Amino acid sequence: MKRLWKALSLPLYAVITGLILGAIIMAIAKYNPWSAYGSLLMGAFGNPIAIGNTVSGAIPLMLTALGIAVAFRTGLFNIGAEGQYWVGAMAAVFIGYNFASMPWYFHIPLALIAAMVAGGLWGGVIPGLAKAWVGAHEVITTMMMSYIAILLAHYMVEKGPMMQQGFVPQSPPITSSATLPTILTNSNLSAGLYIALAAVVVVHILLFYTSFGYKLRAVGYNAFAARYSGLPVALYTVLSLGISGVLAGLAGGVQFLGVDYQLTDTFQSGYGYTAIVVALLARNNPLGIVLASIFFSALSSGSQMMQITSGVSANMTDVITGIIIFFVAADRLYAYILRTFRKKQVIAVARKEVQG
Amino acid sequence: MNFFLQVFGNPELYASTLAMATPLALAALGGTFSERTGVVNIAMEGIMLVGAFFGVMIAVLTHSSLLGLLAGMVAGIITSLALAWPAIRLQSDQVIIGMAINVFAGGLTAFLLNTVYGYNGTPTNTPFLPTITIPGLVKIPFLGQVIGQQNLLVYVMLILVVVGHYVLFHTNIGLQMRAVGEHPEAAATVGVSVVNIRYLGVSIGGMLSGMAGVYLSLGLLNGFDVNMTNGRGYIALAAMIFGKWTPFGSLLSSLLFGFAIALSISLQGYQVSANLVGMLPYVLTIVALTGIIGRSRAPLADGIPYEPSK
Repeated sequence: MKRLWKALSLPLYAVITGLILGAIIMAIAKYNPWSAYGSLLMGAFGNPIAIGNTVSGAIPLMLTALGIAVAFRTGLFNIGAEGQYWVGAMAAVFIGYNFASMPWYFHIPLALIAAMVAGGLWGGVIPGLAKAWVGAHEVITTMMMSYIAILLAHYMVEKGPMMQQGFVPQSPPITSSATLPTILTNSNLSAGLYIALAAVVVVHILLFYTSFGYKLRAVGYNAFAARYSGLPVALYTVLSLGISGVLAGLAGGVQFLGVDYQLTDTFQSGYGYTAIVVALLARNNPLGIVLASIFFSALSSGSQMMQITSGVSANMTDVITGIIIFFVAADRLYAYILRTFRKKQVIAVARKEVQG
Repeated sequence: MNFFLQVFGNPELYASTLAMATPLALAALGGTFSERTGVVNIAMEGIMLVGAFFGVMIAVLTHSSLLGLLAGMVAGIITSLALAWPAIRLQSDQVIIGMAINVFAGGLTAFLLNTVYGYNGTPTNTPFLPTITIPGLVKIPFLGQVIGQQNLLVYVMLILVVVGHYVLFHTNIGLQMRAVGEHPEAAATVGVSVVNIRYLGVSIGGMLSGMAGVYLSLGLLNGFDVNMTNGRGYIALAAMIFGKWTPFGSLLSSLLFGFAIALSISLQGYQVSANLVGMLPYVLTIVALTGIIGRSRAPLADGIPYEPSK
């Protein structure tokens, strides 16, 4: 019980701080924070369709965040998951609109495997090898690869081979044999949910119940010790970033087979970045990732309703998200405040005793 | 052949290169100061946005673009302290704090734009930063068209790069900065205040990123728009790395990246894909990091929190 509280307390503090500071900013701007949060909650969970859309938005977050968590556990920061998501999406859509005669039980797995391979290669090969061989920092390389991926996606639908006939820069839609079925009528919620939940279980087992996962974590815990005990650290670096990319690519694949169906000319999902926040808030725990991704999906799906009913710009949720990341990262802040407070108390008591 | 001459023989391509390189070079120079003292600064994107917004806001309120510039720089410094304090005092992960600032700044400036100016955007009568014409120089054919007439901050940037190089490599304070970034324990032993030097480095970074943001909103583009930096903070980060954490290197790589941007703009309407040209900065950065053309190495203590008790 105490361990559980210890694991939950920091994320909880951070979320509460974020919501309070968000409310203060809204109050300063002369909005009513209560009605804003109320409409946000209604927009995210007010009816079954809203709940379906919130859970649907959590699916790509969950998958991407799992990947980022695997990298974090190995001591690596995959900041470029957004790009891996898009290469996954491109691969899945490409397979999805070709091979129309294929039965769904081949077509869907093929598209998703293509998405995973694409994401894995994008995240694993260049950033992984560059890190393993010459120590190039993965924060920079995955970030650069991410921008390259997004430009590649633009190229593909604007002038490249995936552009649909005509003048609109978009890809052809995937065929019905590659479409993941919707599991809640009138909402975006697709069977991708089962894939995401299965991935949560697989990653949990992989990390905590296999020797492979143990070695990944050993590299993350202390790369020097791992190297001295004979682990091929370079190999685990490539594999960890590769798995991270596989999951981000799968997120893109599931999103496009289940919700978006075709590439259009906007390549700003933001999932890759929000997923970092999800992984941080969940402290890289796969089960925590389920909760954290629903939380952030709710923030985003409820923000539209908040903007319509209470007039607060939907971007307010980014302000809150920023504050939450800040307080998760500045984890020593709470201890710092507590220490300063106690110091003052001690001084006050001492002063009293001296005077008394 | 005709096509090449049309694109590459046009002086406007090079004038636009300089204009596009300016925000990158300003932020990259600032990032250089921050990282030379050992604090990783990926918050440039967010700080630029804050600078861009408050630059416009104060310029509108005071009817003075120069006061707007000043406000943007001050806002940049204040925002950078949100990176400096947890990075220096709380030993927090600098990359994650930087990310938090980027998300926060993107949300806050969009929220403020909406709250202060409504859906119509910033006022059209905003006073913009002046364009300067250098007499004599402007008359020289070709060269004059490239550098004879540019925005005030373009020239300021060129001067600051020279000043930055001098400060970093030829003054005592510059030596202290580099020492703190390479080996803080050693620097502390000889009486240098690691904490103060790091605050100074990050603040200079914040000020220059703020200036870069003002250049965007009051110089290059007209007014503030949601997420108007559009990844320039990250390209500036790449320029800093590609420039090997030096002022002149940052300028040269900013010019190269600015050229890639200017080229991809001037190629619109041709058959060549602007998107593929736009990949150049990112590809070059990876190349630089992997050491294919001269290895780029970060300051040794870059990103590592300093704990005095150790």
